[in-house]
Amino acid sequence: MMASYIPLILMLAAGMFLAIVLLKLHQWLGPHRPNDEKTSTYESGMEPIRSARERFSVKYYMVAVLFILFDIEVIFLYPWAVNFRALGLFGYVEMVIFITILFIGYFYILRKGALKWD
Amino acid sequence: MIPLDYYLVLSAFMFCVGVLGVVVRRNAIIVFMSIELMLNSVNLSLIAFSSFLGDPTGQMLVFFVMTVAAAEAAVGLAIIIALFRNKQTVNIDEINILKW
Amino acid sequence: MTLLASLELFDIIFYFFAFVTIVSAAVVVFSRNIVHSAFSLMFTFFGVAALYVMLNADFIAVTQVLVYVGGILVLLLFGVMLTTKVISVEMKTGTLQTLPASILVAVLAGTLCGIFWITDWLTPVARNAELPATTSSGIGRALMTTYLLPFEVASVVLLVAMLGAAMIARRERKR
Repeated sequence: MMASYIPLILMLAAGMFLAIVLLKLHQWLGPHRPNDEKTSTYESGMEPIRSARERFSVKYYMVAVLFILFDIEVIFLYPWAVNFRALGLFGYVEMVIFITILFIGYFYILRKGALKWD
Repeated sequence: MIPLDYYLVLSAFMFCVGVLGVVVRRNAIIVFMSIELMLNSVNLSLIAFSSFLGDPTGQMLVFFVMTVAAAEAAVGLAIIIALFRNKQTVNIDEINILKW
Repeated sequence: MTLLASLELFDIIFYFFAFVTIVSAAVVVFSRNIVHSAFSLMFTFFGVAALYVMLNADFIAVTQVLVYVGGILVLLLFGVMLTTKVISVEMKTGTLQTLPASILVAVLAGTLCGIFWITDWLTPVARNAELPATTSSGIGRALMTTYLLPFEVASVVLLVAMLGAAMIARRERKR
């Protein structure tokens, strides 16, 4: 069983090797002539307005929280989906209850306007 | 094969490092990361026992621990953010209104 | 390859991932820079996930990567970005009460080692015999039958966490 993970490990090693080598290679080989224009923050051709190192808004945090909670939900869905036929209607009803409880919270947050962006 | 003790020692080491982080560090977010370390070490020992006993119950426990860890991360960081908004700091030694 | 050679290979892999886990866990706690801590935590999570794979828990390993690295770590980084000030000097944080803390942790480590020493561990014979090669199916069946109540309670926990996080974090008044 463990032998089936050897390709994965090789892939991991190759990925890390390539990432490090390519990053270092262009540092060693490429010419370095930095000026103000080049080192400024890239904002799709616009003039950078402020520093990028400032605090983020809490709105992003709310999206991240929703992401992680529904991430967990998907994790719970997966073992159910593997056994979907074996579990039948009973499992289906259980999963509907599970998802309904989570979506109550989701719609509550939506109604409260926690995800409004302006 | 690697014996069970090795996994347990590794888990104990991670747990101790996590405890050290919780008691030593000032920044509440690093304290938080240390708590995640401790949760991970406990999960590791649960999985090790589950694997060596041939009993999948340990894996179920880890499953629920992960759920609680995610909920804890969401609420805990929300508390830290609310704290920062009120006190402009996340250093736990400066959050001392309850002290007397 | 022979069986012996492959066994040694897995030992080496175990030591490698154990080393990664230990070193990055230490960096998480002892690094002065909070962003370094967060990224080092990612390596800890990956190392633990690899150890899960070695312990025949493939589904838990995937869950570990998905939940911890993809979710909790991102959330932690958001927390870092939401609570540190503009310049990265502020990201450096100190320690306090190092001496009593190290005594406490030394006592804890001693206790744990003592327990390991005293306990008469069962010799694991059933290894790999009863655990199937892929665990997601068995987990699903256990989740839907034996652990039905914890499973539904987990959804309530997630609901409360969602509402709580929304209520606590979102108190920004509109200007």
